[in-house]
Amino acid sequence: MAGQIFAYIGYKDGVPDDSALELVAAAKKIADAPVNALVVGSGVDAVCSEVASSYQEVWKIDSDALAYPNAEMIRKALLNILPQDCILLVPHDTFGMDLAPGLSIKLDSAFVPDAVDFEGLDGDTLKVVRQEYGGAVSTHVNCDISAGAVINVRPGAFQADESKAAGGSVVDKSGDAGDMSAGRRYLEIVEAEVGDVDITKEDVLVSIGRGIEDEDNLEIADDLAEAMGAVVSCSRPIVDAKWLEKSRQVGTSGQTVKPKVYLACGISGSFQHLGGLKGNPFVVAINKNPKAPIFQVADVGIEADILDFLPELTDAINEQ
Amino acid sequence: METALIAPASYSFLGIPTILFSILIPIAGVALFTYIMAIRIAPLVLAAPDFRFNRIVERVVKVVRIWLLQWRQPRYKTAGIIHIMIFAGFLVLGIRSTSLVVIGLSEGFVLPGLGGPLGVVYSFFKDYAATMVLVACCLAAYRRIVVKPERYAVPSKYGKDHTSEAVFVLGMISTLMISESLFEASAAVAQARQGLHVEFIAPLSLAWIFKVMLTWASLSTLQGIHIIMYYVHDLVFFSFLCFLPMGKHFHVITSFFNVFFMRIDRGNIKPVRHGVADDKLDDLESFGVKKLEDFTWKHMLDFYSCADCGRCSDNCPANAVKRPLSPRFISIKGRDLVFKNYPLYPYGTPFTKGDDLIGNIYEEDEIWSCTTCGACEQECPLGIEYIDKIVDLRRGMVDEGMVPQSLQKPLRALEKRGNPWGKMEKKRADWTKELPEGCDVKVLGKKASAETLYFLDSITSFDDRMQDIGRATVKVLNAAGEDFGILGKAEKDSGNEVRRFGEEMLFQDLKDQNTDAILNSGVSKIVTSDPHAYNALKNDYADLPPVEHISQYIARKVKTGAIQLKAAEGNGKVYTYHDPCYLGRHNSVYDDPREAIDAIPGIKRVDMEKCRDRSFCCGGGGLMLFYEPEEEQRMGVLRVEMAAKAGANVIVTACPFCLVNIEDAIKVAGLEGSMEAIDLAELVDSHIEA
Amino acid sequence: MEILVCVKRVPDTAENEIEVNSDGTDIERDDLVYSVNEWDNYAVEEAIQIKDNVGGSVTVVSVGDEESEEVVRREMAMGADNGILLSDDAFEGSDGKGIATLLKAAVEKGKYDLILTGAQADDGAAQVGGMLAAMLDLPYASLVNKVEMVDDKKIKVGREIEGGNQEMNEIDLPCVLSIQTGINEPRYVGIRGIRKVASVEIPVHGAGDLGVGADAVGAAGAKVKCLDYYVPELGEGAEMLEGSTDEIVEKLIELLKAKGGLK
Repeated sequence: MAGQIFAYIGYKDGVPDDSALELVAAAKKIADAPVNALVVGSGVDAVCSEVASSYQEVWKIDSDALAYPNAEMIRKALLNILPQDCILLVPHDTFGMDLAPGLSIKLDSAFVPDAVDFEGLDGDTLKVVRQEYGGAVSTHVNCDISAGAVINVRPGAFQADESKAAGGSVVDKSGDAGDMSAGRRYLEIVEAEVGDVDITKEDVLVSIGRGIEDEDNLEIADDLAEAMGAVVSCSRPIVDAKWLEKSRQVGTSGQTVKPKVYLACGISGSFQHLGGLKGNPFVVAINKNPKAPIFQVADVGIEADILDFLPELTDAINEQ
Repeated sequence: METALIAPASYSFLGIPTILFSILIPIAGVALFTYIMAIRIAPLVLAAPDFRFNRIVERVVKVVRIWLLQWRQPRYKTAGIIHIMIFAGFLVLGIRSTSLVVIGLSEGFVLPGLGGPLGVVYSFFKDYAATMVLVACCLAAYRRIVVKPERYAVPSKYGKDHTSEAVFVLGMISTLMISESLFEASAAVAQARQGLHVEFIAPLSLAWIFKVMLTWASLSTLQGIHIIMYYVHDLVFFSFLCFLPMGKHFHVITSFFNVFFMRIDRGNIKPVRHGVADDKLDDLESFGVKKLEDFTWKHMLDFYSCADCGRCSDNCPANAVKRPLSPRFISIKGRDLVFKNYPLYPYGTPFTKGDDLIGNIYEEDEIWSCTTCGACEQECPLGIEYIDKIVDLRRGMVDEGMVPQSLQKPLRALEKRGNPWGKMEKKRADWTKELPEGCDVKVLGKKASAETLYFLDSITSFDDRMQDIGRATVKVLNAAGEDFGILGKAEKDSGNEVRRFGEEMLFQDLKDQNTDAILNSGVSKIVTSDPHAYNALKNDYADLPPVEHISQYIARKVKTGAIQLKAAEGNGKVYTYHDPCYLGRHNSVYDDPREAIDAIPGIKRVDMEKCRDRSFCCGGGGLMLFYEPEEEQRMGVLRVEMAAKAGANVIVTACPFCLVNIEDAIKVAGLEGSMEAIDLAELVDSHIEA
Repeated sequence: MEILVCVKRVPDTAENEIEVNSDGTDIERDDLVYSVNEWDNYAVEEAIQIKDNVGGSVTVVSVGDEESEEVVRREMAMGADNGILLSDDAFEGSDGKGIATLLKAAVEKGKYDLILTGAQADDGAAQVGGMLAAMLDLPYASLVNKVEMVDDKKIKVGREIEGGNQEMNEIDLPCVLSIQTGINEPRYVGIRGIRKVASVEIPVHGAGDLGVGADAVGAAGAKVKCLDYYVPELGEGAEMLEGSTDEIVEKLIELLKAKGGLK
């Protein structure tokens, strides 16, 4: 077995991301061994204490220079503190994609992107489950972890481990971080334009995807949303086609929503889309492709063409 | 002959013989006119080639019909009749005006042949013609100034209103009429007063009225009027001549040529470059029209010839739904650019060349907005072409990579899979699986052959709803006892829209593949239920067996009795037939579909106001389904409303794209339940006597 | 600006039904059609636009078998000046690191100010750009959806991050960027464009030309190996509503009412 397992903790406004506890569960599926957390940034004590109970040790790098998490700088810092043969789990989000592949090169360890499950460790060989082609097929990959590994774990793929059974301590590694100067300097965040509706605050969303086929068909979704007292949201292709504004997009590159009820209409259900769906809503999936991955995560599924089904549903609701 | 008044040729004013003016005005006028025309012709010489000196008989027929007899004018009644009055007047008065110019030099001049009784007859008509033209000018000015028909309006984005130019020209024409009449009337009054021979003046004509008005005028007044009016006429005549090539009245000069050279065939698309064979296209440096001089000389002549009458745009469905396209301004903007780049003044200004048209003169969306329905060309009284220009501009855009993202995907899919959805080739014949028992379709190839090929094209092969048309067609063919088959996966998209969207090389590929497959199948004729395929196979492909649209087939088979139809169930259904552009306007198939419908005993059918060659496009087919233009409403919705207005509750189409658009539009218009759409093949299939 | 863009040939997944082949070693490729990875296409367009603005050249490089030449050619038809194909039997079975190693060797054979990759391909890995940057010791930014020229020493880039926000950075040249879709509107490449570059020679570099050891790349050098492909079991998944449309609608409305989905 290779070295120590670490989990990189993502956080926002002093609150750890959901992935912080998901990585505990992920690590347990690799090996039944203590796991350390990495918390990097500026003023991270609150985050450290929040996750301390779930990890054996929380290694923190607290530096004013990291007021914004610049992956280029953090990579340098991590190189100075991480043991060569460690296994590092990183959330596969926009930060993890920025940080991890390069880090694996610098650590000279293996890299597995976007892992959704682990199926056991055999000596130095870790069996990882990944998905390809938008989730249409799964694949097993064997990863040689003898020299360590950096593994990006898909957010939401593992059920968060809430046991908080580790009760660890916070270890300040800030002094070991070394020179973090990088060729890339953070400037600012340009906030996405806020549209006329705030889908993040809605309880019921009628969300449409490629299955709507044509801009003119948006009316079908509008009608249903109106009948239900809901709001229309969408997946990325709809925004790419400029049929709806960016503020309506659910997904990792769009909005994170927490509705009570989510009607996924003609949405195949890529993980980038599902990544924006939080709070365990009641998900109804309507799709004409019975193999659409969305049916895996939905509570209720209907195999139908939304162009036919939604108007029927609208009419029935209006009649009542 | 003795005259009471001194003629302009002999008159002196302050000791200067006025004959000097009679010489100088025409010389200056003709010189200026020649210079202007030379500059105007320059871009035509630099333009792309166009082969139009063929099929002279057909061209003469066009000239007689469309130019001389003004065949298309009465499609707009008021404007058309006014125009015919002015045009006919001009034809008659042209002779008079020309001889008047010579009379200024030699007072006794009479055009050869007009000396005898013919001259008297001519004189009679000429007097009325002048009167008629003046009346028509007044009516036209009234329309321009007071009535202001909507189609003459110029949206601000296209520049200034052209009313003042129109009124100015009407004023000039009126001045010509009045001065000529006064010239003649003054002479007549004077002659009568002196008891000399008086030329006959037609009663109640303009000259006659002036004659009455001048009865009491003194001889010197009459002399003054006679001379002044002569030179007013002379001056205005040459000013008018030189003013014509400055704007929309250039058509007075160019219309004859424009109609002579107009397109004769329909449904076809011009070659990428005249004189370059399809298999030599790869050698061309550039494709399509990118700069002004890439247009053919005929297309530039079109720009000159546009009279700005607005009929094209008035019939353009894209314009009707407020897409950013108005065909009239394709011409006007083109003309303005030619005028700007080839300036008349100051003398010797070098010509400007090389500006990109797209982005400067025309916008991308403007050019993609056209459905190639052909309504504009059908209407133009001057034979101006739009489809070829649009296609040439698109060819240029495709060559530069300027293709909307929404069209790139279907084009790539057509390249790789032969259909715009990228569906697998092997699934092209899957629609046959749902045919009823005993209704088999042969897939032609090594093992199976047939007399007739049923060519489906992509949408009928792959679209769930349109597959019904395919199955209905099969049942109709079966009922008629036809020996037929399909190409299955060997069939590719016909490429009708691929070509019209400017991707010529992809079209050539599709054409070659289909041609090979069709010729290898050994069939002796082809039938199709898709007018776009019909048009492509008939007009864009070469050396294929004869092609028939299913509506023609049905009409034929009903006549021979091979297809027997049972009576329509009454139940209050009123049918109307929507003419698909690629069946009607582009291929003149108007009657067969109607006959096919009417062959169903007891069926009630009405025509919409806009029908036959004025049919209103449903929104376009082929790749148009993938393009999302800016528009205020959908063409289909307008069309469905037209059907409702005609009192129909079933729209019969004979084109899968029309059916897609109209069925959609019925939903959008909220007319589900009160309006439905059906394909002709489906309608006939459901009435076949078992 | 000398720009290198790394591109990959992938199955066109739009209407293709991705299925696993009979022995589970790969997806069923018989009926697939291929094209350039969508993200890479945006990267090439961005490179061409930069070149058009500030001058320089665009080179496209791909790792793959001889069929990958097709996508290199297509990107050249788009406007890239040069194409390079890295192809060798020894490259087969390379993992992300192996591909990055090959690309690094290709980068070092030239002199580039800017190296672009697509943010990801259909395997969703999003790894090669970051690895390549680390191997070259160059600054890196992923998921780039905006590139602005500052001067010949640095540029400004926007990264697409969560919530549709954009993270602006200044980055020193030379650097590696992975490009996100939507950064531009890639131009159309017609058949004519491809034919124009049909006879352009595209150099093919093998292991020897690149000077990479056979054990560093290919299956031999891979620490991550694909074992099999399979269609994920449907597992628990959704409760599928069956019956006539009316019945389904009725059931669904009841469920929606119960869950607070109807107001």
